[in-house]
Amino acid sequence: MTSLALPFESLTRTGNLNLVPVPPLPEGERKGLTKKEVAADHPTWCPGCGDFSVLALYFKLIEKRKMHHEKITTVAGVMDNNVYGLTKNQTSPTSPLGYKSKTDAWGSGDRPINPMKQAIAAGATFVARTTHTNPNHVLQMMEAAMDHDGFSFIECLSECVEFYPGAFDGANPRKGGQFPEVPKDHDVTDEYAAYKLAEELMPGKFGIFYKVNRPTKNANEAKIVSTNREKFASLPDWQILQKNFDRMK
Amino acid sequence: MSDTSMAAPAQAGGTPLVTHISEAVIRIAGNSQDGIQAIGGFLARLAGRSEQEVMTFMTIPSTISGGPSIFQVRIGTGEVLSAGDEADMLLCFYQHSYEDHIKSIKLGGIVLYDSDHVTPNPEWQENYRHVGVAISGLTVEAIGGTGRDKGKNIYAMGLLAKIYDLDVPKITKLIQERFSGKDTSIVTNALTCFNAGYSHSLENLLKTYQFKASEGKKPTPGSRPQVVMNGNEALTYGLIAAGVRFGAGYPITPWSDIMELLRKELPKYGGSFIQCEDEIASVSMAIGASWGGRVAVTGSSGPGISLKTEAIGWAVMAEIPLVVVDVQRGGPSTGMPTNVEQSDLNIACFGGHGDSPRVVIAPASVEDCFYTAIEAVNIARKFSTPVIILTDQGIASRIEAFEMPDLEKICQDITPDFTPVADHKPYDLSAADGITRHLAPGTRVASGKYPVVTGLEHDELGHPTGSPKLHVQMTAKRRNKLKKLGADLPTPKTIGPNEGQILLVGWGSSLGPITEAVGRGRSVGDAISGLHIKNLNPLPNGLEEIFQGFRHVFVVELNDEGFYGYGQLGQLLRARYCDPKIRGINKSDGLTWKVKEILDRARALADAVQNGKA
Ligand code: SF4
Repeated sequence: MTSLALPFESLTRTGNLNLVPVPPLPEGERKGLTKKEVAADHPTWCPGCGDFSVLALYFKLIEKRKMHHEKITTVAGVMDNNVYGLTKNQTSPTSPLGYKSKTDAWGSGDRPINPMKQAIAAGATFVARTTHTNPNHVLQMMEAAMDHDGFSFIECLSECVEFYPGAFDGANPRKGGQFPEVPKDHDVTDEYAAYKLAEELMPGKFGIFYKVNRPTKNANEAKIVSTNREKFASLPDWQILQKNFDRMK
Repeated sequence: MSDTSMAAPAQAGGTPLVTHISEAVIRIAGNSQDGIQAIGGFLARLAGRSEQEVMTFMTIPSTISGGPSIFQVRIGTGEVLSAGDEADMLLCFYQHSYEDHIKSIKLGGIVLYDSDHVTPNPEWQENYRHVGVAISGLTVEAIGGTGRDKGKNIYAMGLLAKIYDLDVPKITKLIQERFSGKDTSIVTNALTCFNAGYSHSLENLLKTYQFKASEGKKPTPGSRPQVVMNGNEALTYGLIAAGVRFGAGYPITPWSDIMELLRKELPKYGGSFIQCEDEIASVSMAIGASWGGRVAVTGSSGPGISLKTEAIGWAVMAEIPLVVVDVQRGGPSTGMPTNVEQSDLNIACFGGHGDSPRVVIAPASVEDCFYTAIEAVNIARKFSTPVIILTDQGIASRIEAFEMPDLEKICQDITPDFTPVADHKPYDLSAADGITRHLAPGTRVASGKYPVVTGLEHDELGHPTGSPKLHVQMTAKRRNKLKKLGADLPTPKTIGPNEGQILLVGWGSSLGPITEAVGRGRSVGDAISGLHIKNLNPLPNGLEEIFQGFRHVFVVELNDEGFYGYGQLGQLLRARYCDPKIRGINKSDGLTWKVKEILDRARALADAVQNGKA
């Protein structure tokens, strides 16, 4: 699982927060961002860290989609590699039972959480699984997620070469593992079927587990706002407030 | 079944004498489901519309199904600064309300009781004028239903209107407004109750009262009308006037009122308020929205503030403008959720890890809540910093009347600016004013160098760095911009002369009682003054000079005296000024200050110091 969120259009462009729209850009000959332009920072990760390939693919996606810098917001946190690598080898919520780490000299006693199940249970409307060792598949999932209207979640296995090498070998054909894709006849709108897939042990399946279309939080919120705005849009803000104050005289 | 009894002998002739008064303190005691708050609200609103000053005080049980509750309202034609120490009248609905609150009225004061539920105590009948009315029974007689049904509060309101010669047409209008939009039979019933109460024969009552016409406060033509609301409402409307259009929060008493109102109101302005899954999500969401280019608000009370502190640290580090409202209540933990306490000053100023300077402001009154909200938004924007508004349960639920703000002038448009820029370094160390400025995301930067925001220490563009030199520079930058704010703050003025024996220093909702204590003390010859500090972090300059004019500096706070004998502001002032004459007057009984309490404690402490006992 990687918590590198996909780009979303900045709040300022949703128009439902009473913010002015971005002025039309002098598009003309303006090309989309190149990987070189967007990668301002080179993270200080260990050579060979799986996270590099995830990040590189994300940049590639931006380049492929011809996106502009000011239209992307990237929010990134700590990635999950079945171990806490950044802080140097402690048990993480996804470390397997019995995993020995610095915080678990005798092996972990907690069953690992299942990120896929949690994402489905939490109401994500797009839930997919991929692994950094299959770049084409990662890109494919990212694009599908981007095209989805709603909260999209991708679990991307990313190996911590420093503290948990081989954690995902079972899903890497080059290391003797397998890369089984979600069966063609899987119904992505069937939540229970999605849970069933999520229950499978390593290597599990790769692809889209769950995808449904329903009104997003944003859409619901926009509806509330627009219903209200219909009634009040003709008034300057201070007069809307004045109405409340007049009632409190 | 009408029963009007009283202990004092009736006035011969039957017609009560009319006494002219300049103020009245009425305490209404019953259970929370009896509509106690509604009577108080009517009285307060009526006072506001009659150009009178008004202040209220209420307690509500923290249990859901009700329980003992009081509402005290003080109405005056002169200046009203607190909810009043002792009541002139107690209106009580039950035996427990009678017994628990009889001591809160003045000797000789009136006890108006529901004789269907209260049996007067003969001993007390000697000291207080008892007037019994079968309020429950008479309400049923007037509108039917059972004694448990609503209406007796409105009936009692009728009695009060008679006793205090209140403006009946205005009350009638208030009742109609209150129930407007509901079934017409509800309005009719309410008015029937009110009229029944109003016409109930009180001929055995010794006297009735009439408020003197207010002197010097006559509404001049063109002057602004008064509005009546509580502190939470004023704060909410202040945020809206300031231009805030997004907020996120999680419900907790007494902050919930603010988020409920924001959720209802913001969509009218094209904004939105999101109720999140928890406190951490809500502060984080507000930070995200603020970074989006327009200051957003989050808030909480009690333990909710503790949960937000980590994220506030992030906002300090990333220098994100943000408004955090803390409606203080009794703590720690779930503590005393419906009581007042000023015990969050430390967490507001210092809560959090690392060196994390932020701004803390505490409004002094309901009206001040409105203006403080605007000030907070503007400081947050100007200095790119989190600002904590430290209000308290005392102000949050208190109703006051104040002059209608000039909304056309005050309301701000803080729509973000997306004009493309050539280049931009948000954390520019060479900026002349030393203040960080973020671009609203979506603004095009021609150089193609887009800033980053992170909780890690960073360089001028926001990129993470481990450089000790940059950490020193950036830490100083975050500190210095707020020191500059401190230097710009006006020095507060003393209440009373700027020299004397005792200086009472307070903050937040204590302004009223302190001001009144100064007035009362001086009227009997005490050389006592007051000082109210609104900007608590950073503190304004110039306090030292004020302290020099006094022999004692007593910091009056609704919090514990702590290990070392000073409350939270007391410790802060001691730390800054190293002045041994700074001492604390503290209490933690969950109630607002009484004027007498402050004066007695101040005199006793001054004596103790003089005698070497403190
Ligand atoms: S510790 Fe592990 S996860 Fe972190 S950078 Fe190194 S290889 Fe990657």
